[in-house]
Amino acid sequence: MTPAKGLDRRSFLKTAAASGLLLGFHLPGSRTARAETADARLNAWVHVAPDDTVTLYIHKAEMGQGTVTSLAMLLAEELECDWARVHTEFPGIDRAYGGNQGVVGSQSVRSSWEPLRRAGASARQMLVQAASQQWGVDAAQCQARNGVVINSATGAKLSYGALADAAAKLTPPANVPLKDPSQFTIIGKPRKRLDTPSKVNGSAQFGIDVRLPGMLYAVVARCPVFGGKVASFDATKAKAMPGVKHVVQISNGVAVVAENTWAAAQARKALEVKFDEGQWAGQSSAGIAKLFVEKSQQPGAVARKDGDAAGVLAGAAKKIEAVYEAPYLAHAPMEPLNATADVRSDSCEVWASTQGQSAAHQVAIQVTGLKPDQVKVHTCYMGGGFGRRARADYIGEAVEVSKAIGAPVQLVWTREDDMQQDWYRPASYTKFVGSVGTDGMPEALHSRVICAPFGGLRDGVSRTGVEGIMDMPYAIPNLLVDYHAADVGIPVSYWRSVGYSQNTFFAESFIDELAVAAGKDALEFRRALLGKQPRMLAALNLAAEKAGWGKPLPAGRGRGIAVVNNIGSYTAQIAEVSASNGKLRVHKVVCAVDCGHVVNPSGVEQQIQSGIVYGLSAALKGSITIDKGRVQQDNFHNYDVLRIDEMPVVEVHIVPSTANPGGIGEAAVPPIAAAVANALYAANGKRVRTLPLAVLNR
Amino acid sequence: MPAIQFVLNGKPRSVDAAGAMPLLWVLRDTLGLTGTKFGCGMALCGACTVHVNGQPMRSCSTPVASVAGKHVTTIEGLSPDATSAVQRAWVEEDVPQCGYCQSGQIMTAAALIAKTKAPTDADIDEAMRNNICRCGTYQQIRRAIHLAARLHAETPQKGDE
Repeated sequence: MTPAKGLDRRSFLKTAAASGLLLGFHLPGSRTARAETADARLNAWVHVAPDDTVTLYIHKAEMGQGTVTSLAMLLAEELECDWARVHTEFPGIDRAYGGNQGVVGSQSVRSSWEPLRRAGASARQMLVQAASQQWGVDAAQCQARNGVVINSATGAKLSYGALADAAAKLTPPANVPLKDPSQFTIIGKPRKRLDTPSKVNGSAQFGIDVRLPGMLYAVVARCPVFGGKVASFDATKAKAMPGVKHVVQISNGVAVVAENTWAAAQARKALEVKFDEGQWAGQSSAGIAKLFVEKSQQPGAVARKDGDAAGVLAGAAKKIEAVYEAPYLAHAPMEPLNATADVRSDSCEVWASTQGQSAAHQVAIQVTGLKPDQVKVHTCYMGGGFGRRARADYIGEAVEVSKAIGAPVQLVWTREDDMQQDWYRPASYTKFVGSVGTDGMPEALHSRVICAPFGGLRDGVSRTGVEGIMDMPYAIPNLLVDYHAADVGIPVSYWRSVGYSQNTFFAESFIDELAVAAGKDALEFRRALLGKQPRMLAALNLAAEKAGWGKPLPAGRGRGIAVVNNIGSYTAQIAEVSASNGKLRVHKVVCAVDCGHVVNPSGVEQQIQSGIVYGLSAALKGSITIDKGRVQQDNFHNYDVLRIDEMPVVEVHIVPSTANPGGIGEAAVPPIAAAVANALYAANGKRVRTLPLAVLNR
Repeated sequence: MPAIQFVLNGKPRSVDAAGAMPLLWVLRDTLGLTGTKFGCGMALCGACTVHVNGQPMRSCSTPVASVAGKHVTTIEGLSPDATSAVQRAWVEEDVPQCGYCQSGQIMTAAALIAKTKAPTDADIDEAMRNNICRCGTYQQIRRAIHLAARLHAETPQKGDE
């Protein structure tokens, strides 16, 4: 899997089509595979080479989520090829596609589940047909297995490689049947990742590892206040620094270009820039919190209304109120943002670790004014993405600088740039009012959410602001969810699991409060409310059984539950924590997940662990705060993350399912904060309603 | 600017660089060895870990002048064909996800195994707690280090010394 150098779409198609079988298809939503390359809708290809190598060219990207391995498994299941000869490559993008190319929303397996298997089956059928023609026998007499076709009458064998050229001359079949899942030999069995070998010897090429002849390195001085602009700058001292080649203004700041990254970063310190800080120069976390409180006094746009929550609450005998708050969060992927661009008069090439190849392609077209087919985007491994790399701002900067200086350039964000110029998980505020009836069950729940919107408003409601509250899985007869969009000048965007990341903490904590008010066990309370949610209930029951819910714990320890239904999957977590001497410690997390048909169980386990670690970092420690319009955190010393010595034991249990696959990359993030907060309450009776939880340790 | 000489992955190298330039950027930008990663620039995350005379060092905060005359080992030079016990264990346990921090994790773990033949969980915590992984591979890292210690004892390879 070498994604970057020299591989562009037209040249690989030419090379690959020159020999062997190349079958193009479209993901998602493929209808029929085609053995040609001219269709603009084609965005994935399988190539069977004469040397028996099978290569899957896939329009996705790998940021750690294991996508390329799972997708290769889908193909191999039907292709019946030799797994040891399977490779994947990222073709990148060099003209406008019908569809969007990128990896967001835990979509890859979900959208590829059927079309990739169908592509594998089509290629297999063509290879079988080629063998039957060669032997002059009926195709039914030919069996494909492990990269060879076997003549079941004579025992003769032909390898896929030997058949590939002949197969390429055949017409791809329409409506090729797929295996019944009971026949699967690859799907559902644990597989090691295809990318591991290159990730233990330093050879995996991330975006930041791209090296081009004559390439220079750039860093950018940006306004520390969001929305501010460069007023003027003096580059005299910066230009005098060793190794500095250019200082150029771009739309987002002033770029310093040098012989190496360090020289550019040193010279940036010598750059004198005056910024017009704009309208948000006085913004602060305290001011934002005050605005949220003010907004919470007024009715918002209605996101959901079942029954008459207001009326029931007005006459309720037992009413519970609580306010929950979550801070801004940075994504902080381990690979700082970067992009490499080579802009020439008639072409532009971009190498980037990006979750959004189409967005990268678009921004490069906009900046250069070139035609879509003159711009190429090469997909590199990402050192983490978590939603940040769905934005193309850093890619546009690299293209601007290369265009300005007329040379290839790698533009690098330092860690400080990354934390202070992010598109953050929005800060959010939710006020709950709920009531429980004499039967101990919830009667009504009113949730008022205040959160900055992104992705647009519909009838005044941002879906990303209310998801996780609006669609909580519990049957409560009277529900009201209303929402205030609060634009406070801080750029916000997708952060792994998006609105669920904070709203599941709010909702699952408050459900626990209702259970306490009702005098009920947290598990029994939830079970009673999940009668119409059999998959959610099954995941909860499995987690409870494996965690030993109800079994006695040592003094000072507690267990807490939280569940979520997002990205088409159902996840239940039970955390076990202790709180002693002011120190919160998460000992164990038992997680059960129903993510539909599992492609790679070890990939699911990795992603559950990953989601828990990412969510736990945020739950225990994560907080971005604003003062004078500026982000106050700038590196891992003041934006700390979970370390190995804080890692709980994580147990993953998969609910067997034959439903279509759900997503997994974002499944385990939302519940962990609430599971820990609820466990903390069980341990010491303290209800923490503000993240991060570790604040209570100070 | 006098040339700075050191031994890199077993071979003598001479670089023309400002003495204050961090070893990380000399490796990555001047010499093109990109396996060593930039993560924070302040010795806070461990992604840039290399060995200097066998000791794990944060190359982002190590001026290149300070390694003059010393032996520097990067992930590319830890072993031929990734056969050190730690690398074999990393493959066996399928540790990496995004993989970006793993060069630093492996270099730190290799230094631990070289010093402590059978590390306890507490030894692992102590040695590895300053290597950040955002993907959450910690549980696999722990398992892989225990496995590496066994592999090292059974069949030591170059890179394990």
